[in-house]
Amino acid sequence: MNKLNRKETPAIKDPIHYSFQLKPYTHYLLANGISVYSIHAGSQEVLQIELVYSAGNCFEKKKGLAAATNFLLKNGTSTLNAFQLNEAFEYYGAYCNRSCYNETAMISLHTLSKHVVKMLPLLKVMLSDSLFLPEELEIYKQNSKQRLKVNKQKADFVATRLIDSYIYGPEHPYGVYTEPEDLDAITVEDCRQFYNDHYLKGHCKIFVCGNLPDNMSLMLNEVFGKLQNVISPLALPDIQATPAQEKKYRIENDPKAVQGAIRIASPFPNRHHPDFQKVIVLNTLFGGFFGSRLMSNIREIKGYTYGIYSYLQNHLQQSAWVISTEAGKKVCEATINEVYLEMKALRENTIEEEELLLVRNYMLGNILGELDGPFHLMAKWKNIILNNLDENYFYDSVETIKTVTATELQTLAVKYMQPELFYELVVY
Amino acid sequence: MIQFEAFTLANGLRVWVHQDKSTPMAVLNVLYDVGAKDENPEKTGFAHLFEHLMFGGSKNIPVYDEPLQNAGGENNAFTTNDLTNYYCQLPAENIETAFWLESDRMLSLAFSKKSLEVQRKVVCEEFKEHYINKPYGDVWHTLRTLAYKQHPYRWMTIGASLKHVEDATLEDVKAFFFKHYTPCNAIVVVAGNIDTEQIRSLSEKWFGPIPPGEKYNRNLPKEPEQTTKRFQEVKANVPLDALYKCWHISSRMDQRYYTADLISDILSGGGSSRLFQSLVKEKQLFSNIDCYHLGSTDAGLLTIEGKLVKGTGMKEAEAAVMEEINKLLQEGVTESELEKVKNKTESAMAFEDMSVMNRAASIAMYALLGDADLINTELSKYQAVTVEQIREETKRIFREENCSTLHYLSNQP
Repeated sequence: MNKLNRKETPAIKDPIHYSFQLKPYTHYLLANGISVYSIHAGSQEVLQIELVYSAGNCFEKKKGLAAATNFLLKNGTSTLNAFQLNEAFEYYGAYCNRSCYNETAMISLHTLSKHVVKMLPLLKVMLSDSLFLPEELEIYKQNSKQRLKVNKQKADFVATRLIDSYIYGPEHPYGVYTEPEDLDAITVEDCRQFYNDHYLKGHCKIFVCGNLPDNMSLMLNEVFGKLQNVISPLALPDIQATPAQEKKYRIENDPKAVQGAIRIASPFPNRHHPDFQKVIVLNTLFGGFFGSRLMSNIREIKGYTYGIYSYLQNHLQQSAWVISTEAGKKVCEATINEVYLEMKALRENTIEEEELLLVRNYMLGNILGELDGPFHLMAKWKNIILNNLDENYFYDSVETIKTVTATELQTLAVKYMQPELFYELVVY
Repeated sequence: MIQFEAFTLANGLRVWVHQDKSTPMAVLNVLYDVGAKDENPEKTGFAHLFEHLMFGGSKNIPVYDEPLQNAGGENNAFTTNDLTNYYCQLPAENIETAFWLESDRMLSLAFSKKSLEVQRKVVCEEFKEHYINKPYGDVWHTLRTLAYKQHPYRWMTIGASLKHVEDATLEDVKAFFFKHYTPCNAIVVVAGNIDTEQIRSLSEKWFGPIPPGEKYNRNLPKEPEQTTKRFQEVKANVPLDALYKCWHISSRMDQRYYTADLISDILSGGGSSRLFQSLVKEKQLFSNIDCYHLGSTDAGLLTIEGKLVKGTGMKEAEAAVMEEINKLLQEGVTESELEKVKNKTESAMAFEDMSVMNRAASIAMYALLGDADLINTELSKYQAVTVEQIREETKRIFREENCSTLHYLSNQP
């Protein structure tokens, strides 16, 4: 046997030579026109159902109303009160969660496949017969206000809220945040009206994946096919962003803080913009993974922080490019300075091919993992569908990762990585 | 049923292989049988600091991350009071890269002074971010000190103080490495789109030549049975009063562990659980309340924690918690309530086993406990728990003298 050479890297197949296939979903309509996107796969006997409504906070007339309505869907119907509803899910080990976003709000079910037939009627009563009882709303308000109080003492929570309000303006759905008095102002009538407009008569899409029973489509049609939902998504209100004039902020939240939460952010177009996918590559190299330049410099060389990341926000209408970290109080300004120096380096120097190849391989290996299993695959498709894109977006993104050149990335750095375009915030 | 095969190399390294041909990925999981509980009480936080240093280059490979990223992989690690676990996931055809990287750092680290200096700072920032600069961040520091008097669970994984981390020397690093990071103290699991024979030969090739090292024989002080109730009050800069109560429970491999785990779910496993329904919804004394344990290998703690609704007195809140505990003690649970938490366990396990990375980590942890097949058989241990056993176990756990209580009070107006 030859002596083992530990200094030499074993041969690899570069992920840039892989071919990728986005396995398709099945699409069908229920009797009332609700679209169902379905993927039947997986070795575990489990499944996931997500009902996505046009019920995000961009539709609300009062701050916090969309989230409150979404939350209270599981807190009582005319046949089952909140306890009974929870008990009915939990007895079978199923999880029913709600979540509210900007354009959409969602109800999800995770269950062992063998119990799905008992779970669907529970979803149906929530989505057709919720009551929004005053006592449930009061408990929700009280507990939300308490949670808010705790969160407002956390610098990273405060920083995340403020940076969005600077970029989009405090009245924009992406920039708005709720205060205790906003929660106080919500009434059961508000919730019922929002429920009527955005759930009972709203637009719904259903995403279902996992190990599905043979009669899944029949069951879904039986349960959801007679609801009064409308076929097309609700038109989004046209609310323009009103970015703040002032770009630099230093805020003291806690005089005893030992760290500052840093956010540096600039408005950025959405996924339909031709630069978007290339900038995803540039961002990965800059601050999007553990081997990024920001992490290598600011954590692994300077030791200023436990972690630093940059990312493009996943919004439908417009995005922002954000750098986010928590750093020692004394090194916050030095950290910000290093971030700008890393931007400068990308503007002024062409990226070496070796570093770019590493980023390409890392990103493509990651995509391979993201296509693994029905839940991951559906998450990819859902993002494509809700962003009004198609599978070409996926194949284009793979092609971009494989082929974007260092020169193109430098041009994009010159275009977007200008310090004067960025808002800058430290919350101590 | 999750299938796997196992073999042991001549140097004592134990390897488990779990094949799943439906994924294009593979995972290499290396678990070292060392955690914060193995630390010197004067040098706590070391196992975790050491985990950071494992990414600072090894004997023949100056940087760990880059070759892995180049092969399309990613990795991470975590340290607990019981163990340290490293994992990388990458496209299956590049699995050898992971063997090369993991075996070289098991062979020997680079012991770079620079890496130690930087990672000391990084860990101090991690300490600040999670335990100092967050409201309620130091609660577990206080609780562990209150509930454990002898056993090294009395300090947190991150360390008992920043100073311990700041004072770590390169000599400490070397001694720790040669004591714990050896083939006979490690468990390797390889999972995904791979073959057992291929993994056997890769293991022989890369891990086989590493000297076995000495088996570390753990001899930890046993926590003496608690004989009187303990109490501490802390005033802190937090907006809400919080109540914490801990009771000692059995170790992970005791059948009673499963009973205690189900009890925690009965008390607070969702919107229909007892504490939530009674104390958050009906009496509205707490804005949230949870009951949990950390699944530790040695005897652990069952903990109830909750934040009080502003205006509620601590005395009233605590009495209401005890009323629920007493109800459980006196009336026990119904068959249907027990069935509910068993069903929940079955479902949670099925979802957890979806990802090949989780399966690899689970096999490694069960192997550490002494029986990798628990990944398949553990559910039956939960299913065997009876209403009567719940009754006995609640009596054993919820004794006044077995309890430590922390009142964590707000000093804000």
